[in-house]
Amino acid sequence: MAFVPKPDELARIGHKPPRTGWMDTPVDFRRGTWCYAAKPKNLQALELPNPREWSPERADWKLPANWQEIILEGLRERLQRFRSLQIFMDICVRCGACADKCHYFIGSGDPKNMPVLRAELLRSVYRKNFTTAGKILGKMVGARDLSEDVLKEWFYYFFQCSECRRCSVFCPYGIDTAEITMIARELLNLVGCNIDWVAAPVANCFRTGNHLGLQPHAIKDMIEFAVEDIEKITGVKVEPTFNRKGAEILFVTPSGDLFADPGTYTLMGYLMLFHELGLDYTWSTYASDGGNFGLFTSHEMMKRLNAKIYAEARRLGVKWILGGECGHMWRVINQYMDTLNGPADFLEEPVSPITGTRFEHARTTKMVHITEFTADLIEQNKLNLAPERNEHCRVTFHDSCNPSRSMGLLEEPRYILKKVCRHFYEMPENTIREQTFCCGSGGGLNADENMEMRLRGGLPRANAVRYVHEKHGVNTLACICAIDRAALPPLMDYWVPGVEVSGVHELVGNALVMKGEKKRTSDLRGRPLPDPHTAFGGAIEE
Amino acid sequence: MGIGFSLLLIMALLLAVFFGAGVLGWHLLFGVVIPYAAATIFLFGIIYRVVKWGRAPIPFRIPTTCGQQKSLPWIKPSRIDNPSSAAGVIGRLALEVLLFRSLFRNTKAELRDGPRLAYHWEKWLWLGGLLFHWSFLTIFLRHLRFFTEPVPSFVSFIEGVDGFLRVGVQALYITDILILVAVTYLFWRRVVIPQVRYISLPADYFPLFLILSLAFSGVLMRYFFRVDVSAVKELTMGLVTFHPRIPEGIGVIFYIHLFFVSVLFVYFPYSKMMHLAGIFLSPTRNLANNSRACRHINPWNYPVKVHTYEEYEEEFRGKMREAGIPLEKECG
Ligand code: SF4
Ligand code: SF4
Repeated sequence: MAFVPKPDELARIGHKPPRTGWMDTPVDFRRGTWCYAAKPKNLQALELPNPREWSPERADWKLPANWQEIILEGLRERLQRFRSLQIFMDICVRCGACADKCHYFIGSGDPKNMPVLRAELLRSVYRKNFTTAGKILGKMVGARDLSEDVLKEWFYYFFQCSECRRCSVFCPYGIDTAEITMIARELLNLVGCNIDWVAAPVANCFRTGNHLGLQPHAIKDMIEFAVEDIEKITGVKVEPTFNRKGAEILFVTPSGDLFADPGTYTLMGYLMLFHELGLDYTWSTYASDGGNFGLFTSHEMMKRLNAKIYAEARRLGVKWILGGECGHMWRVINQYMDTLNGPADFLEEPVSPITGTRFEHARTTKMVHITEFTADLIEQNKLNLAPERNEHCRVTFHDSCNPSRSMGLLEEPRYILKKVCRHFYEMPENTIREQTFCCGSGGGLNADENMEMRLRGGLPRANAVRYVHEKHGVNTLACICAIDRAALPPLMDYWVPGVEVSGVHELVGNALVMKGEKKRTSDLRGRPLPDPHTAFGGAIEE
Repeated sequence: MGIGFSLLLIMALLLAVFFGAGVLGWHLLFGVVIPYAAATIFLFGIIYRVVKWGRAPIPFRIPTTCGQQKSLPWIKPSRIDNPSSAAGVIGRLALEVLLFRSLFRNTKAELRDGPRLAYHWEKWLWLGGLLFHWSFLTIFLRHLRFFTEPVPSFVSFIEGVDGFLRVGVQALYITDILILVAVTYLFWRRVVIPQVRYISLPADYFPLFLILSLAFSGVLMRYFFRVDVSAVKELTMGLVTFHPRIPEGIGVIFYIHLFFVSVLFVYFPYSKMMHLAGIFLSPTRNLANNSRACRHINPWNYPVKVHTYEEYEEEFRGKMREAGIPLEKECG
């Protein structure tokens, strides 16, 4: 892991802006705060422009000779395509209400991490080139030329925004800096300035169907590992199928859950639940990731990666699609998929085969979130649950940015958690639901080399966890996102040691009483189950 | 830099009108020509901007959802903060425009030792903004008295309510005081809060000073240097009926006031003040979160290069066969 200062050092954050104005303060590429440049082979695989070896640290970024022209032309095109961009460029009043709402600003104190100033980085160039006032009055109205320094600043700060949309909740006009970041990243991509942590997964995903580049046999192997573990713990052998034509439901989840702890425990939860229900579903090795780092690259790339889901559903002849626990995947599905790659008129309006519930709210996209599906099962009393098997978990819930602010999936996971766990505590009000704080690593920024910035950005989230950890002894941070499951464990270890991260369906798996199961002695992680009589006092203090 | 420059600009404008209307007596210019020109620019400028925005498509449905979605029937959706219908959207916009719903959420983050983050109650910006905008609207409506004959009853009603305080025989309009206080507060916070000061441009100070000067000249005219109200009304009625007249005996203070209004009109369409219209068009606020239930069409959606299943199977066929994963083409 990259060098990271100690927590008490990192926490010394000054929020006072520097003496020099922001236009006169050049960006400093200090290690630990930025991500490595995209490797040429990944850009080539996607046929993206200007593949080359380069590093943000060096003076020469090897830009094409007419790079300014390319960017300004790209900006002109996008102004015509997105009303959002025009409005957001024109109406900010710089009231500053969004300033201290960004986790990166709170954690770094860098004024250009205030959403308003992040947006001004692009707005200043827009004004200079696309508004009369900007052309004539220049700096007076906050306009400036597009220089190489400006481009470098864009790269640094637009890859220091996790596209979490928290700022947009507080802005009186709903100005969404995530939208501005998305478009700024598109512009950066036009001249070959992406980060490898985004470009590599995208290249993988394009070829193999998933970000990790898992090939079909490897996917099957990994899921079969989970099948073995389930058998060891429960005595029940679950039997998933792959690329099976004629299944009723196609299940798509982020590939991260196949690959590493603690995501794999969530995977076990899914497998157990589907087996117990006798669900007629299939995995796909082709549509093997619902996650979509295309969202962090460009609208076009998002569409290119997303296309496989409907294509596979059509090929396999399923009726509808069920989606696993993932944050940004659900932004794409809820707000983009049907528009990008629909209409999905070859699918049927989703109906739960167990309860008969029609998921009317998903009638055109035909994709249902797993917590919507499970909450319905529990409400209709279709699951036999033993919440005492989660007695050792004192749980709080982290709302992932996208399901909360681009969807509003707030109650479903909470309902499930309260049914499968006995000890559930909310974090403080202004850190959950639509005001939730990012894990600090969203937006494709969960690389290793920018660990310091991730820990800074994760500070507000960690702080809220620490509050319930100290007050209620919370030791389990539940979430519905694969990036969270990768990003929150190091964040917890750094700021709040003693808190584990788990998926909601891991906890469902623990509590789910399966037909023909043996007496369970451990949870899905292999931790011994607490004795119901001495219950959880013992488990907490150890 | 921003403050000084903006102040200078205001001074220059003041001098110009004082000299022009007061000393040289160019009443026709300041009383008729400039106001007409300003109103024209205002009107066409706003139309131009809104049409320009309106012509850009909304490719995706991207509301910022600030409450529970509408999903399962037994989960209570948040109809306004996460609207799924047109009625919900109208409600959301109404709350946003009339009561500044989003700004009301504002808090102030503070980092203490520990580290420990605290989020404080901070509604002053909301309150200041609300008072300013509502006062401005009330004053604007009150001024309709000068542009209508007979004066509609709602204008008199607003005057009555606004002027319930009396100083002697004269009504003291509460909004006159509020607007001065609110604008002063908005300026004060811009200077005092380091982050806000850091992001402030001359283009942020100038409109504040302009509105302050406008309100101040109005107050001076109404409470201190009384002008001949019937002469003023003769002039303003002339303007709206397109029979401009310049009655004698209107003090220079009136021309100053009118000139600041004109400057505001000219400045408006080219500045951030367009948020007045923009808020109605903001895609994160004026769309329903129903894209899973009703298909949203992107007018410029174009085909892209994808990696098809056939290409995928072609590459991995051997490995898939070995792993026992079903294939489309067994051999190849
Ligand atoms: S809250 Fe909105 S209007 Fe205010 S500074 Fe931020 S983006 Fe601009
Ligand atoms: S979207 Fe999130 S990360 Fe980006 S500026 Fe807004 S609050 Fe910060």
